[in-house]
Formats: sequence, structure tokens, C-alpha cells
Amino acid sequence: MRHTISVLLQNKPGVLSRVTGLFSGRGFNIDSLSVGETLDKETSCLTLETHGDDSIIEQITKQLHKLIDVIKVTDMSEHDHVEREMVLIRVKAEAHTRAEVLRIVDIFRGKVVDVGPKSYVVELTGDKNKIQAVIDILRPIGIQEIVRTGTIAITRAKKS
Amino acid sequence: MKMKGAQAFVKCLEEQGVEVIFGFPGGAVIDLYDELMRTKTIKHVLVRHEQAAIHAADAYGRVKGDVGVALVTSGPGATNTVTGIASAYCDSIPMVVFTGQVPTMLIGNDAFQEVDIVGITRPVTKHNYLVKNAEDLVPTIREAFHLARTGRPGPVLVDLPKDVVNAMVKFEEAEPIRMRTYRPTYEPHPGQIEKACQAILKAARPVLYAGGGVIHSNANEELTELAKKLDIPVTMTLMGLGGFPGTDPLSMGMLGMHGTYFANMAVANCDVLIAVGARFDDRVTGRIDAFAPHAKIIHIDIDPSSISKNVKVDIPIVADCKHALTAMNAWFDRAKEFDKKQAKEQHKAWHKQIAEWRKKHPLGYVEEKNVIKPQFVVQKLHELTKGEAIISTEVGQNQMWAAQFYHFNKPRAFLTSGGLGVMGYGFPAAIGAQMAAPDRIVIDVAGDGSIQMNIQELATARQYGCPVKIAILNNNYLGMVRQWQELFYDKRYSHTTLDVAPDFVALAKAYGAVGLRATKPSEVEPVIKEALKTKNTVIMDFVISREEGVYPMVPAGKATTEMLLV
Repeated sequence: MRHTISVLLQNKPGVLSRVTGLFSGRGFNIDSLSVGETLDKETSCLTLETHGDDSIIEQITKQLHKLIDVIKVTDMSEHDHVEREMVLIRVKAEAHTRAEVLRIVDIFRGKVVDVGPKSYVVELTGDKNKIQAVIDILRPIGIQEIVRTGTIAITRAKKS
Repeated sequence: MKMKGAQAFVKCLEEQGVEVIFGFPGGAVIDLYDELMRTKTIKHVLVRHEQAAIHAADAYGRVKGDVGVALVTSGPGATNTVTGIASAYCDSIPMVVFTGQVPTMLIGNDAFQEVDIVGITRPVTKHNYLVKNAEDLVPTIREAFHLARTGRPGPVLVDLPKDVVNAMVKFEEAEPIRMRTYRPTYEPHPGQIEKACQAILKAARPVLYAGGGVIHSNANEELTELAKKLDIPVTMTLMGLGGFPGTDPLSMGMLGMHGTYFANMAVANCDVLIAVGARFDDRVTGRIDAFAPHAKIIHIDIDPSSISKNVKVDIPIVADCKHALTAMNAWFDRAKEFDKKQAKEQHKAWHKQIAEWRKKHPLGYVEEKNVIKPQFVVQKLHELTKGEAIISTEVGQNQMWAAQFYHFNKPRAFLTSGGLGVMGYGFPAAIGAQMAAPDRIVIDVAGDGSIQMNIQELATARQYGCPVKIAILNNNYLGMVRQWQELFYDKRYSHTTLDVAPDFVALAKAYGAVGLRATKPSEVEPVIKEALKTKNTVIMDFVISREEGVYPMVPAGKATTEMLLV
């Protein structure tokens, strides 16, 4: 099963390689990864997507916790949460398709952030399914390049 | 107080109670070495290869029950420590390793003797540091010792650039260390203790399975109390030997690949298995689905990631072994439903069954008149040292024979590279052990293959007057691999014959040590007696039956009940 795991880390040199080294060394999978500073400059948040059965996920969270620089490990899949990733797509936009591309981008609430004589660069955020849907629809028109971030996730407020 | 980094380094070691460090100098640590000349409290032991410094520090730490310390230079000095660090990591040995590093402004420039040792040792240390700023030097060293000795112990490496140890730093009184992200759980959860004790109370066929954690946490007395109170048979892992008295009637000896028949049968048939500070290693479990298949499993470990890693655990207890066992003993002392006599009665049939297994296939070997059997040598060592020696081993057959036939009654007396299995561990370990316990007899049980992996340490032993004894079980083979080739590869002895071997007696003499040789069983006892009498370093070269195997043996990947027997 797919899991999104959020790891709060001490913002120190080499911390990222401790995490990725743990995954490669123990044969765990990383499907995507993103990392950035938090409000507190001394900590950063790393979000990674992984998959495996329950015992593997249990080991992943325990092993992450064992790293001295790790402050907190949250398996987002156990909480009500919001996930987003972002994609930049360079899509072919010639005279007869320019309007079509704009329409699709608009429907998905994306933005055109660069306009060239024969292409657009489209920016889009959303969950995995939405990003995949856009890619599937734009593909026949002609995608030239794709750059994606990893997933980031945050828990939803408790409903009381 | 302001002082030079190197001076602060030495002050930190003194403050941590360090008495002995093992090391080898070089350009990047020359300032630290200069400062070491000034200290009166710390003895430095100059090894002949950096790997030996780490093994010696490892053994020193084990015997003392404290942190072992090593100091080496940058580049090759640092890379030579990797095997030793990895071994200490596998065996959870408290250790701090200091490596020199090129000046910070040269880091990343491929400078002379520069290597990214923090990167290299990341997966084999509990934690490691590169000290980039002089003001971090003192707090980092303190934190390194704290990490090494608390929680699940392990090696910590601190990389010290040359400019950092030359800079002026502040040295202030140490304050208790508070780390935001590191708080090991020592106290067991009372609910889990209750559950575990209830399960043990109902057990008809319980087994205690004790690992190295019992020794690390000094829980041998608490373990013995629990076993005796409830009349529970005990088996130990390689790392756990000595955690429970090996000659006690309740002891079943070691379990696993070369464990006793009765220990493996008992585990396979038990209804409650109480794992204490053990980690269900593949050499212990054999085929995993056939390991203790009928048992409710209780697992005490300070490292949560050890629990349910290999085997699904029913009652996990995250705690220090000593604390958890103390809580369990107290529970039984309190419990109205517990009655010592009744427990004995309840386990009567179980003990009878184990006694039958023990009688059917006791630990043994085929004795011969004219050839020395390696097991006989170990038995004689045990007899002539009254079981009181500290035994270190190399890796392979020598290690298993020592584990099987030297029945350890006390903890911290058996030193072996259990998890990583490092050939060349035993001799430097013996030196480290002798430094920690100058009055004890220290014997390295070695093979003729593995002793050559750190034989250069004869010079170290001689230089510091270490009267360690090396017992080489010499079969002219890399014996354990040969045994596998005999059993599973149609006796195709691919590169396991040591066709050229040194004359170990002459070799000992070349270093100013004493060399003795036994070629007949009748010579074994006189040689050992002579060695024990000698105040010098001694090599005893025992020419043993060449193709002797270690039995019982569970072939890799088989169930532990599928043992090959003598």
C-alpha cells in the first residue's frame, strides 16, 4: 500500500543523506521526496511517498525515528490530510492547439507561466490523480517536458 | 575558559573518565597527539593498524562496561577503522572514534589524506559528526559520549578538522545533556509487564532467550532471578553468552545455527518465548516461519526497531532489559496467583522433555587418541583457567568451538564479533581486554587463517607488556568455509587451503613473544600450563584434526530443528 510519511528533521548538513541512505541501505522504496524549511529555521520537513506492507511501513517509521536528527515521524495515511504536488509541463502549442491547451489548463485551474512561439509552460498543483489526469489529457497534444515535485502533505484541522 | 581545541579535546576525555585510548598518529591529528603527551590520566596505546585500535577499544568497552575510545588520522587512518566500527555497530558496543580531517577550507578539494569519513560511516555508526566550527567542539564530544553510552549503545564517530583543533575554544563545565530528538525509553510500560507476566504465569513450556542486551544493561542477575524464580530454561545467543551462568542446570547453552540440539528443540516446541535483549538474527532463527512456531513471543528491547523486525512479536516491551526484568521480578513477588512450587510443578514435564533431548544429543565430539580435537583444547582451556578467563575469538570454527565449549558463567568474559563476523577481531580485542583487566587471564581462541589478519599486533602486545595468550586451532584451512564446501559443495575446497603458513612458534619469537606448539593430545595440557605460567605474550599453536567440523549445524535457510549432528 502507498503511504505518505512526513518527517520533521533537525536542519543540519547531511541529514537528507541519513534519510535516503537509510532507505537504500535497508531496501525500502522512495517513490517521491520533497524537503523544505519549516517556520522554525532549525527544522525542516521532509515528505516522502513509499509503499510496502504493514510490517515494512512499521520498520520504516521505526528506523526513521531511530535517526538522531529526526524529531517526529507521521504516517499521514493514518490521519485526515491534504496532499499536493506540483508539475511544470512544456506542452506543444501551435496555432491550431493554443486555444485547446488554454481551455484544458483553465479547467484544471492551472496557469500558463511561459509563452513561446510553439509551446506553453503550464503550472499545476493538485493531488496525484489530478496531475495524472492533466498529463493524460495533454499527452495527445504533445508534451515536450515534465518536471514534478514530490508530494507534500499536511493534516486537516480536527472537526469538533 | 579559553583554550586550544586540542587541549579542550583532552580535557573532554578526562572529564568523561577515559583512562585508555587506542590509536595511531598522522598529520591531521598531530596536534591532538602533541596535547596527549601532557595528560597524566590518559594512557595511549599505539597499535600497528587502525582496525586493531577499534577492535581493542570495542573489547575494552565491553570488559569495562564503559565507552571505548580510539583516535586515528584522516584518510587511510579513517578508512581503516570502518570494519571495526561496523562490527561495533552490529554488536551495539559503546564507542567513540575520533578521526582527524583536513582543514575545513580544504574539505571537498580532494586534499592529501582527505576522505569523507562521515559519509562513509553513516550507515555503520549510531551517529556521527563533522565538527566544522570550533565552538561546537566541546559540546559535540560530550554529546558523542552521551549517545554512545545511553539507549541502545553504539559507535559514534567525530571527525575533527585540523584547523578546528588548532582554534581557540571555550571550555565550560559540563551540563546535563538534553537532546531534543533523543530520549531512549528505559522504563517498561506497566501494562505490557502485566501482560507478559500473565502469559508467563500460564506457560507450560516457557523458554528464556537472552541476547547481548542482557550484558549491555548489566541485567544478568535479574535474568538469573527470573529464571530461577519460575524455573524457566535459558538459552543464549552468541552475544548473550555469560548473561546467564553457562554451567547452571537451567542453561541450555547457545541456540541457532551452531546451537545445542536441546536449545533448538526447546525453542521450536515452547509455548512462551521470552526474548531479552536479542534481535532474532538469521543465525538464530534459521527458517523464520519455523522459529518458535507455537509460541507466544514476548520481546524486551530498548530499540523499538528491533521489535517485530524479523519475527512478529505478541507482547513487545520497549525498555532497558534490567529495568524490565526488575519490574517482572517485582510483579511475581507481588502476585497472589504466583506460587513458586506450583510453577515448578507446571514446568515439570517440560524439563523432563528437555532432559531427554539433552541426553539424546548432548554437546560433544568424537574423541581421538592421536590427534588433537579443537573442542578438547577449548575444554582444557576452560578446565585450567577454572572458567575464569576472558576469551576473545576470531571468526569461524574457532569462534563456535569457543562459544560451545567454554561455559561462561559471568558476563563480559566472552568477546566476539557476533553480528559482522570479523576475522582478525580476536587478537586486538584480547589486547583491549587485557588493558581493561590487567589481572585477568585473557585468551584469544583463533584459527590459523584469522590470526593472520591482525598478527601485526604482536608488536603492540609486546610493547605494552600484555600477557595475552593466543590459542591457534591450526588446521591449515579456512575451516568454516571448508566445512560448508564439504557439506554443500561436494568437497570442492575452492581456495580454502592455506598452503603456505608461517611457523607460528618462530613468528612469536621474532616479536619477542613466546611460541609453543602441541601436536598430540598429551601435549595440550602442558602447553596451556606453560602458557599460563608465562608473563609474556604467548602463541600456542595447536595442530588439530584437519577436517573437524562444528556440530550441531543448521544449514542456512533450514528450520533450526533440521540439525546436522555429530
